[in-house]
Amino acid sequence: MVLGRVALPFVPPRFVRRHGWTIGVYALLLASLIFTVAIHPTYGAFDIKSLALGALPLALAAAAQTVVVLSGGIDLTVGPLMAVTNVLAARAMLHSNFRDALLIAVLVLILGCAAGAFNGSIVVFSRVPDIVVTLAMSFVWGGVALLILEKPGGGAPLDFQNLAQETTLSPWVPNALILLIVVVAAVWIPLRGSRLGLALYAIGSDRTAAHASGVNVPLVRMLAYTLSGVFAAIGGLALTMTTGIGSPLSGSFYTLSGVATIVLGGVSLAGGKGGMLGPMAAAFILTLIPADLIFLGIDPNYGQVIQGIVIVLVVMVGGLATLRRKSA
Amino acid sequence: MSELSPLLEVSGLSKRFGPVIALRSADLSVRPGEVHALMGANGAGKSTLVKVLTGVLRPDGGTVALRGKIRVIASPAEARRAGLMSVYQDPALIPDLTVLQNLRLTGTRAEAVRRWLSELGMSDIDFGVLTRDLPPPSLRLLDLARALAAEPDVLLLDEITAALPADLTTRVFDVVGRRREKGRSVIFISHRLAEVSVFCDRATVLRDGETVGVVEPARGAEAKIVDLMLGPVAADVAQAEAQRAPIRSGDGSGKSRLEVRNLQAGSMLQDVSFTVRPGEVVGVAALEGQGQGELFDCLAGVRKPDAGQILVEGRATSFRHPYDAIHAGLVLVPADRMQALLRQRSVRENIALPLVSRLTRWGLINLRSERRRVKQAIERLQIDTRAQAQVRRLSGGNQQKVSIARWLAAGFQTLLCFDPTRGIDIGTKRQIYVLVRELAAAGSSILLFTSELAEIPLACDRVIVLFGGRVVQVLPANVADESTLLRAAHGLAAEAAG
Repeated sequence: MVLGRVALPFVPPRFVRRHGWTIGVYALLLASLIFTVAIHPTYGAFDIKSLALGALPLALAAAAQTVVVLSGGIDLTVGPLMAVTNVLAARAMLHSNFRDALLIAVLVLILGCAAGAFNGSIVVFSRVPDIVVTLAMSFVWGGVALLILEKPGGGAPLDFQNLAQETTLSPWVPNALILLIVVVAAVWIPLRGSRLGLALYAIGSDRTAAHASGVNVPLVRMLAYTLSGVFAAIGGLALTMTTGIGSPLSGSFYTLSGVATIVLGGVSLAGGKGGMLGPMAAAFILTLIPADLIFLGIDPNYGQVIQGIVIVLVVMVGGLATLRRKSA
Repeated sequence: MSELSPLLEVSGLSKRFGPVIALRSADLSVRPGEVHALMGANGAGKSTLVKVLTGVLRPDGGTVALRGKIRVIASPAEARRAGLMSVYQDPALIPDLTVLQNLRLTGTRAEAVRRWLSELGMSDIDFGVLTRDLPPPSLRLLDLARALAAEPDVLLLDEITAALPADLTTRVFDVVGRRREKGRSVIFISHRLAEVSVFCDRATVLRDGETVGVVEPARGAEAKIVDLMLGPVAADVAQAEAQRAPIRSGDGSGKSRLEVRNLQAGSMLQDVSFTVRPGEVVGVAALEGQGQGELFDCLAGVRKPDAGQILVEGRATSFRHPYDAIHAGLVLVPADRMQALLRQRSVRENIALPLVSRLTRWGLINLRSERRRVKQAIERLQIDTRAQAQVRRLSGGNQQKVSIARWLAAGFQTLLCFDPTRGIDIGTKRQIYVLVRELAAAGSSILLFTSELAEIPLACDRVIVLFGGRVVQVLPANVADESTLLRAAHGLAAEAAG
């Protein structure tokens, strides 16, 4: 042990030190919920449900971005891919029954997986910087979404929408929340425990050392984009569930908001640092801010301004905390 | 007899990077149960050879055979499977993963690593910490233990002892040497001749990408190794030697332009003191990584020293930013020319850039004055600018001239040249050295590091030799021939003195 054994009055246990950011983000979420109840005493089950519905697509966009950013890359196709899968699902599910809708959902997931792999292979094989490739691809996918559905339309069976919109277990536990937890855990927990997950962090942390450690860097990078495609497709399906229709421009908001969410959630844009839990809470915080403004009677368009300020403040405070620990 | 058939046999290996030939024809034969040294001066091709053996680079030609079977090693993972493991100068550990996660990443068993670590005398490493929080020597030993735990047939150690204290070095050799009994071999790359002669069974010497000899480095064989590393002195250099200006030591005023006192930075630059007088060219001779990089960074204001003083014209200074150093008259010509130049911009703009603050009037650049000063600098340096607007289209030699020209136009008192002739043809090299002499004759002070030791007597008045972050020797340039410098740079003179 070399770290922090100097005469500090209190050295927090290693778990707290290492996951300090995540704990902080959850504390911030709790604080904003308490604040919300304070300014709006009737805040209840219905509001919780609309919060979860609003946060679900953003959280999934953040999950998609997290995987790629951890590997040291960036994926600007997350939003447009969500739009493609959203309109595709809405167009195919119109007038279908629940069983067919589930089948369509699976096909859409496979398509998202393929689209992500396609993005990844271009990044790896073209050797063009990932930000350029995914920026270009974001126009391609944005165009594809418009080709599938020119204007908002389509639909989905009610049972399928209720997968996110109902509150099956208890009025306080919306399905959207359960869906999010189940889906993210199903992908992330097995990955995090595997050597592949380590390789993901490794190539984001130090690509040369990872290569020297025998990690197949191109393959892992491609895999990161593939997983991003899967999460984006789930996000697109979530949009279909929560809105009940398909909209070709629905995704454009989610690319950069997703990046903002993961930054707030403690994922380093330089790669290799962060996790999945932080961004999930961050998605709820960023969804709660515009709602709070409505409760306060402030023009909700200020929401974007406040979101920006919150992100800069949180990242600054986090950076200062890290600096202090290093100098201690 | 089968005992002596080689475990690893490399023959005729070649590798080039564009116009630069890193390996011409390298041969290496390692017997089972042998500690084999790989030696050579800077740029002889050692690192390239290691990278080819560990699958980081693909060779252009030649073969690698393990236990008599020819293998193509396409990736580090494949090298590992073939039984070749290496420990690099920079430990290959992922900073954001814990020690345990790093071991899992390479599929190494933690108990085996713990056993090797305790043999290396490092049993107190906590496997739960992030590797970024471990000090460099622990990282290095951890990397070594991880390599040992994989029980490779051939273990490659690239300069592993460079950052280790002496007691740990002995321990490393102790542990590594025990592999001999199992018929496993070690390839040891080091600049430290003394270590090689004590610990290694045989040594292969590379020069200019070619194997020039295999020696048994018993006591007293150091001279032979140095001779092999040097090779026949190039006639070209000897000719230039004849044209050399007589040794001077400053302008005779005896005042110092630049004085460095007990400078220390990081673990590499320990305690360095020297002076440079006006009109003097002081050479810095050192092997890779002996603190010269840190020294130049401190002098150019790129990094702050941990301790010690830098005095310019007798006044103590503290550089927070390269701007401060430039302001004090200390300007840097780096080895990587692209570090100093704006590749996409024109020669004129590049030369004018450091001038800008002096050329502006009411915030606008006085283009006429800019053009005049740039033209003077270009003419003086004979930069070939025919139809080549962008700096990136110039040859390496001309690029280096531009990076000197910009300071000529801007004006300076002390020129810090860090390996200015790396990868430059002999003709341009001579022009640069002639220019250095001219500048000194005009009263400038010049501190010159070059990785080509043979060039030091051509341009310098005095030489300081760095080894392990300290000045181990100061010589007048007329006695500083290449073999003397190479000896001193290997720490041999220091040992004789200590």
